[in-house]
Amino acid sequence: MADTRGLARSVMRPRSFSVRKQTGFTEMAVICFVLLYAPLVPLVVYSFNAGVSLAFWEGFSLRWYVAAWENELVQDATIRSIYLASTASVIATCLATMAALGTTRTRPYRGLTTIYAMINQPLMVPEIVTAVALLILFASVKTVTDYHGMGYLILAHTAFCIPFAYLPIRARLEGMDLTLETAAADLYATRWQTFRRVTLPLLWPGILAGLMLAFVISLDDVVITELVKSAGQDTLPTYMLGQLRRVITPEVNAISSVLLAVSVAMVTIFFFLNRRIR
Amino acid sequence: MAEGAQDSESGAATSGAVAIETRDVTKLFGSGETEIRALDGVSLTIRENEFFTLLGPSGCGKTTLLRLIAGFDHPTKGQILLHGQPIGHLPPYQRPVNTVFQNYALFPHMTVAENIGFGLEMLGKPRSEIKATVAQMLRLVKMEALASRRTDQISGGQQQRVALARALAPHPQVLLLDEPLSALDYKLRKEMQIELKRLQHETGITFVFVTHDQEEALTMSDRVAVFNQGRVLQVGPPHEIYDHPCERFVADFIGDTNFLKAEVLAADGQRAKLRLASGAEISAALPENIDADGQVTIAVRPERAVLCPQGKTALLHGELHNIVYCGTDTHYHLTLPDGGPFMARVQNTRSGQALFGLGEKVGIAIEPEAIQVLRD
Repeated sequence: MADTRGLARSVMRPRSFSVRKQTGFTEMAVICFVLLYAPLVPLVVYSFNAGVSLAFWEGFSLRWYVAAWENELVQDATIRSIYLASTASVIATCLATMAALGTTRTRPYRGLTTIYAMINQPLMVPEIVTAVALLILFASVKTVTDYHGMGYLILAHTAFCIPFAYLPIRARLEGMDLTLETAAADLYATRWQTFRRVTLPLLWPGILAGLMLAFVISLDDVVITELVKSAGQDTLPTYMLGQLRRVITPEVNAISSVLLAVSVAMVTIFFFLNRRIR
Repeated sequence: MAEGAQDSESGAATSGAVAIETRDVTKLFGSGETEIRALDGVSLTIRENEFFTLLGPSGCGKTTLLRLIAGFDHPTKGQILLHGQPIGHLPPYQRPVNTVFQNYALFPHMTVAENIGFGLEMLGKPRSEIKATVAQMLRLVKMEALASRRTDQISGGQQQRVALARALAPHPQVLLLDEPLSALDYKLRKEMQIELKRLQHETGITFVFVTHDQEEALTMSDRVAVFNQGRVLQVGPPHEIYDHPCERFVADFIGDTNFLKAEVLAADGQRAKLRLASGAEISAALPENIDADGQVTIAVRPERAVLCPQGKTALLHGELHNIVYCGTDTHYHLTLPDGGPFMARVQNTRSGQALFGLGEKVGIAIEPEAIQVLRD
C-alpha cells in the first residue's frame, strides 16, 4: 500500500517548467551564439595576415600589430580615447551615484518617474539626434568662447554615460537591506557616517560595475564623438572610421582585436572581482 | 492567585522609576481614504529595569510603537518621554536607545567584533575602551571564539547573539527588541528566552520586547501590554493578564478560553452575582470600568474546570464528544445543553484510561475565583 502510494507520488509530481527542456532550445542558443561571435573570427584571423588583403590569407605575421603600435596617429588616438573614457566615466559615475541615492533613498515624491525617465533619456533618444543637437550647440559655444579643447567631448561623453553607470548602482541600492542603514542610525551614526561606513562600502560593487560599463561605452562611441570633436581630436574609433574611408589594411583588424581583448579582459576581471566581494 | 492580582502596578521587580512614558501617542500612515491608524491614543508607562512586552497580532501597532521609541518614525500626535524628557523630536542617533532588529541587520562587510564596536565607535569612544567593551560583550553572549568571523559565516542563533551584543555595547538606557526570536527554531528559541532574561538581569537595562507569541510574553515578561488595532487593551503582569483578562480579545488571544453567557443579578463594583444559562448562580470578579448590566460574557480557563460525575457540585453539565490526549494533559471537549462548546484540560497525574468515556454526560465544577467577567 505504502509502496504504491510512493510510486504514484513520484509519477504525479509536477515537473517544474524549464525553458532548457523545450524542443529546439539548444539549436536556438547555438544559432544565437554563432550570429554573435562568428563575424569576429575572420576579423581576428586576418589581423595576423602577412599580406595587405582582408580576403586572401598570405601567411602568419604580427606586422600589422607592429605597424599599429608604431603608428603615431594610433598612439595619439589611443591616449586620447583612454583619457576621454576615464574622465567621462568617473564624472558620470559620481553623478549617477548621487542620482541613484536621490531616487531610492527618499520618500516617493511627485515627479520621481519623470526624473527616472530623464536620467535614462540617452538610452531612448537616437544617438544621431543627440549628436546633431550637440554639434549645433557646441558650434555656437565655440564661436562665442573660442575654446576648442577636450571639454566638449568630455561633457558629451559624460552625458550619455550617466544612464549606463546609473542602472547597476540603482539596482544595487534597491537590493540593499534598508534596515542596515536604520541600524546604523540607531547605533549613533549620523547621516554622513551612515553613508560613509555602511551604504558606500556595500555599494562599491555597483559603483565599479557602473564605472566599467560607462568606460567601455565611452571608449567605443563613434557617432557623437565624430560630430562633436574638433580638428585633431580623433579617438581610436573615429580614427579607424577615417582609415576605412581610405585604404583598408589589416592594421584596423589589429586595433580591433586589441580592443576586443581589452573588453573581454575587463568584463572577466569585473566578474571575478564582484564574485569575491559577495 | 494573590489577592492583589487586580492591581496592575504590582508584580514587577523594578526600582519603580519611569524609563519610558508614552502620552496619548497616535500614529497615522497615509492620508485621506487610505489613512491607517496604526496607533490610537496609546498611553503606557515602562519602568526602569523592567522586562516589558508589547504583545498582539500582526498589524496591531506594537512594532510601530517600538519604531516611535527608537526614532525611526515620529508620532502624529502625543508625546514620548525618556526619563521625563521628551524625545519625540530627536533623530534616532541622538537617543540613548538601541534596537535588536527582527532580521538582526548585522553589517555584512564587518566582522563580529566590528559590528559590536560600531555603536561605541560612532559615539567617539577611545579605542582602548571600545576594545575592552567589545571583549566584555563577546564574553556576555559567549561568542569570544568567533570575534573575527564575518557575519555571514555564523549561524542564525549566533547572529542573534551578535545583534544583542551590538545593541547592548553602548549600554543604552532602554533596549528595544523587535520579535528577535521569530526566525529561530523552537529549541533555540527556548534557549534564547532564558538567555535574554539572564542578560536583562545582568545588565540591569530596561527591555522593551515586541512579540506576537503569547507564550513567549508570559514566560519572559515582568509586565505585558496587550495590543489590538492600535490600542492598548490591558497592561499587567503575566499572571494577571492570564487569570483576569478584562476583554474578550485578551482572553481569546492569550491561552485557551471557554466563553459563556451569563445574566447579571446583582453587582457591587468589585464582584457580581451571575446566573448561568444552566440556571446555576455564582459570584465572580468584575473588571474595572464595566457596565455590569443584563447579559455579560464570562471566561473560564480549561484547566480551571473540574470534571466530575453529574451532581450538586457541578455548575454545568455537558456531553463528552471528543478526548484528545496531549502527553502532560488530556483535553475533554464537551457540548453544553445549549449547543455551545466547552473544553476542560485535566493534567495526567497517573497513567491509564481517560476519566470519562465518549458520549457520557459529565458535570463541570468551577470555583468562583476561576470565573472572570469580560468587557465585550
